[in-house]
Amino acid sequence: MSELVNVTIDGVAVSVPKGTTIIEAAKQAGVLVPHYCYHPSLPSPAVCRMCLVDVEKAPKLLPACVTTVAEGNVINVNNEKSKKARESVLEFLLINHPLDCPICDQAGECELQDYVFQEGRANTRYEDYAKRFNPVEDFGPDVLYVANRCILCTRCVRFMESVAEEPVLNVSERGDRAFIGIDPDHLLTHPWSGNVVDLCPVGSLISKDFLHKARAWDLDKTASICPGCTQGCNTMIDTRDDIVVRLRPRPNLEVNRHFICDAGRADYRWMNRGDRIEAPLMRDNGKLVPTDWNHSLARLAELTRGARSIVILASGRASTESLGFVRRLADHAAVTAAIKVPLGPEAPLAGVPNLALRKERVPNLNGGGLAGYAATWQAALAATPGADLVIVLDADLDDAEIAGLAKAKAAVVIGTVDDERMHSAALLLPTTNMAEENGTWVNRDGRVQRYYQAKAAPGMARPAWWIAAEAGHLATGAAAPATAADAFAALSGSIPALGGLTYADLGHTGRVVSSATAGAAR
Amino acid sequence: MSGTAHAAHHDAPHQPVFVGKVKDKLDALFPKYPTRMACLLPALWMVQEERGWISADAIAEVATVLGLTPAYVRGVATFYTMYHLHPVGRHFIQVCGTSPCHLCGSDEVMKAILQQTGCGEVGATSPDDRFTVVEVECLGACGFATPILVDDDFHDSVTPERVAGILARYP
Amino acid sequence: MGFPHPSHSKETVVLSKYFGDADARTYAGWVKRGGYEALKKALGMTPEAIIEEIKASGLRGRGGAGFPTGMKWSFMPKGDNKPHYLVCNADESEPGTFKDRELMRWTPHQLIEGCAIGAYAIGAERCYIYIRGEFTEPWHVMTKAVEEAYTNGALGANVFGSGKRIDIVLHRGAGAYICGEETAMMNSIEGRRGNPRIKPPFPAVAGLFGMPTTINNVETLTAVCHILNRGSAWYKGLCLSSPKSTGTKLFSVCGHVMKPGNYEVTMGFPMKDLIHDLAGGMRPGRRLKAVIPGGSSVPIMNAAEAEAALCDYEGIVAQGSMLGSAGFIVMDDSADIVYEIYRLAKFYAHESCAQCTQCREGTAWTTKILERILKGQGKREDLDLLLDLSEQMTGKTICVLSDSCATPIVSGIKKFPEEFDAYLSRAKAPALAAV
Repeated sequence: MSELVNVTIDGVAVSVPKGTTIIEAAKQAGVLVPHYCYHPSLPSPAVCRMCLVDVEKAPKLLPACVTTVAEGNVINVNNEKSKKARESVLEFLLINHPLDCPICDQAGECELQDYVFQEGRANTRYEDYAKRFNPVEDFGPDVLYVANRCILCTRCVRFMESVAEEPVLNVSERGDRAFIGIDPDHLLTHPWSGNVVDLCPVGSLISKDFLHKARAWDLDKTASICPGCTQGCNTMIDTRDDIVVRLRPRPNLEVNRHFICDAGRADYRWMNRGDRIEAPLMRDNGKLVPTDWNHSLARLAELTRGARSIVILASGRASTESLGFVRRLADHAAVTAAIKVPLGPEAPLAGVPNLALRKERVPNLNGGGLAGYAATWQAALAATPGADLVIVLDADLDDAEIAGLAKAKAAVVIGTVDDERMHSAALLLPTTNMAEENGTWVNRDGRVQRYYQAKAAPGMARPAWWIAAEAGHLATGAAAPATAADAFAALSGSIPALGGLTYADLGHTGRVVSSATAGAAR
Repeated sequence: MSGTAHAAHHDAPHQPVFVGKVKDKLDALFPKYPTRMACLLPALWMVQEERGWISADAIAEVATVLGLTPAYVRGVATFYTMYHLHPVGRHFIQVCGTSPCHLCGSDEVMKAILQQTGCGEVGATSPDDRFTVVEVECLGACGFATPILVDDDFHDSVTPERVAGILARYP
Repeated sequence: MGFPHPSHSKETVVLSKYFGDADARTYAGWVKRGGYEALKKALGMTPEAIIEEIKASGLRGRGGAGFPTGMKWSFMPKGDNKPHYLVCNADESEPGTFKDRELMRWTPHQLIEGCAIGAYAIGAERCYIYIRGEFTEPWHVMTKAVEEAYTNGALGANVFGSGKRIDIVLHRGAGAYICGEETAMMNSIEGRRGNPRIKPPFPAVAGLFGMPTTINNVETLTAVCHILNRGSAWYKGLCLSSPKSTGTKLFSVCGHVMKPGNYEVTMGFPMKDLIHDLAGGMRPGRRLKAVIPGGSSVPIMNAAEAEAALCDYEGIVAQGSMLGSAGFIVMDDSADIVYEIYRLAKFYAHESCAQCTQCREGTAWTTKILERILKGQGKREDLDLLLDLSEQMTGKTICVLSDSCATPIVSGIKKFPEEFDAYLSRAKAPALAAV
């Protein structure tokens, strides 16, 4: 335990480890010190001067982002002196900032707007002068630079320099002529460069993908996990009217700090697909017909009960709960269960240890490992011909793999997308995608992390764990959980590595349960 | 008199600056600094001495030679007002206009220079490409007002009357 | 060009003794005049003894801040096995100041000797002399002198056979006033934008290239030679007023005086004599109106304050300003205070590095307000606005450039309200054409 320092911030006494900055100590006291250039995942330059606070006995206001607390400090974030200084910084920032909030994507989540609203001047004293004007610039595949809105906090420059370690952004010129510069031959193509959009506290760096798509106040935000790879970056899904419109990083200092990669950021359109299986489809007299859950679950129970050999071909995006309960359906049989793992090049973020877009482009490889998906994909495909039953758990199969299904005695598809190539199956059951359900994934470091339902499921789609558990109940009489939390608790009671954890134990940043390495289950 | 080379062919393909003697000069600097980045200001000076100005291609070359990115180099180059990031006339004239010199009549000197060079306005290059004239902040010779720099040559105590004689030395 | 004036009988010439003496520029000429004796003497002393001697002399930094030099040197860590650096600040760019330029032009070896002593005293093997880019002539003179010093063993791996290595590297600036600020200078040497750094860490802990570093002004280091040669008691004895201000000092006098130039006098010398006697006084028929004494970054003094002031750190503070870099911008009754303040604000707006909000936006905004006043379009509220903005530009930024812009504005409005009033009431014709 490091040495503690006692300080009083706006009348609240707190003890914080020696070396803590005032801005972080204030958070402990429940006080937010307004700031722009400071960011906990970047080096602090103390240039915006917004976080100047009054520290009793100090001759001048001190920047809270770089000043460390000293024993006995009495710090006033909200006295007249501090507030006047902030009001002045806001006034200076606004003299050249356009008041184009009505057409600015940042409006509603803009730190300049927020702080001006909170403690800015009611009027302008910068009369009769034209504001600085510079044209909008293209900064890369998904980034536009609106120079006029820039407050030169330099977060973007520092991110590219100190975190991405590819300094393609600069501060150009001096004084009030300064702007963020880029070399036209070296744009923001770094695989993590989209983070500059999130880091920008105003609407200066904006996403082309999100451009004019939604007003921030119309968005519903849901905590989630990136489905893109085994890293398990924490994300926020922004939806508008049940449509996912944006993915953004959610801080988790242990996994992704404040960042996600561009591949993960862009990987959401499939969540909105309209070509879904909306009702259970059951083969009747050689024809697939829509039916209800009662009939289709009974058919699934019947198919599994009678099968002596079962192959499970699962998607690595399936929740641990779904993987676990689908796997339980095969407990009585000879089972070959595997997860399909698409591969891609690894793309690390140089400045953050153990953070990369991983080669294994699915989120729950380790969840599969824990749930008993021990076979390699090739082995599972090899076991398919002649198997009594093949269950496809939302895996994305190619034509050859689909052709293989026909050689099994029966195939059941628990899927999201209505893929006509799969219509030879005995049963097609509509399931939720990750944006439509609660669940957990286990990342490459064995961290079990929750994701939450962000939008409504289409039609009759249900989580795969529910489908499997209900069918299992019909087949064996085993108890079926009613909620994802129950499903997880049930699995956690039977899988030793999960050690009896519950959703409540996982919190918003997850818990490490096993050091199983990614790929072990492949 | 050290005339800056005229940047006549700035559309032509970039010929590397750091070859031969210029490269030797830069290489000789490396041991004097613990980092290569520290040689950035000197390297930019070398480019300007050789080419009269610092083109985008030259910035890219400097970046390569020093292991930096072009954006980084440009950010630094634009901080320092003495680097020409655009072509300038054959002779570059800097006239001090800060308060001490202003008190002593630098405005009149500037007027005479603008008129006699044909530049017309501050920051402009004369139609014959002979001169570019800028106003600079304090040249550090306030006791010898008005000081001007023509290329690397320092002229102090310049008065409107002396302008013609000085300009004549820079064909 | 720029040939110095003959010495005035009231001057105490120590540093400027050989101004105008071209032979003193050469190594041989410098040695003939007693040069490099101080360095040889220093090499026979311990660094601690040198620092004690400098402390005892009372020498304070001549760049503007007036920090005791010996104490600054003593902050350097000992036995830390890291490279130490000495940086000589020859980026003289404070408007009104032109003494370092002359020191380098006429007595380059005086500076080299001072740098070598300083480097030895702080345990540095390398000294960077940062010369502003516009100083082309001092650059050439210094380049030649450094070469000569190497040739003659005054620099290099084994300085005068002492076994000590001392290297000097000349580093050329490229047009940025702010690089005269010591942390900005370190960034500039490292190949970065000349942005001032946040302190702490202080340079003596983590300075140039992250190593312990001391930054001294040209004049400070040249004075060191004489203190070692003649003893701290002699130097301390050079004092006409405050015992906290010792030695001689070069005062750059410019603007509306008959004989502008550098004048070296003992600390505590009356400003009245400096302006009216040494510098030749006002032009015929003109009266003294104002002096900005510390380079442009200090409060403006009216004639009464200036004529009552004694020229040392304390004496000028007593009259409401600061010594700064001791460049006196003298204005007679023909000067337009509002215009000169506007011109200074424009200077600071041009030179702001763009880091801190108050400075980046404030220097430009105050310039625009002053410009409006000079165009005859000012409003009464503009003065309060200027004062309010100035207050918010003071004491709130990483370095003091923002404060330096505010200082002449605040003191100008306070001490010369009638000049502002003349524009605001439209009694005076606009000095700038309205657009």
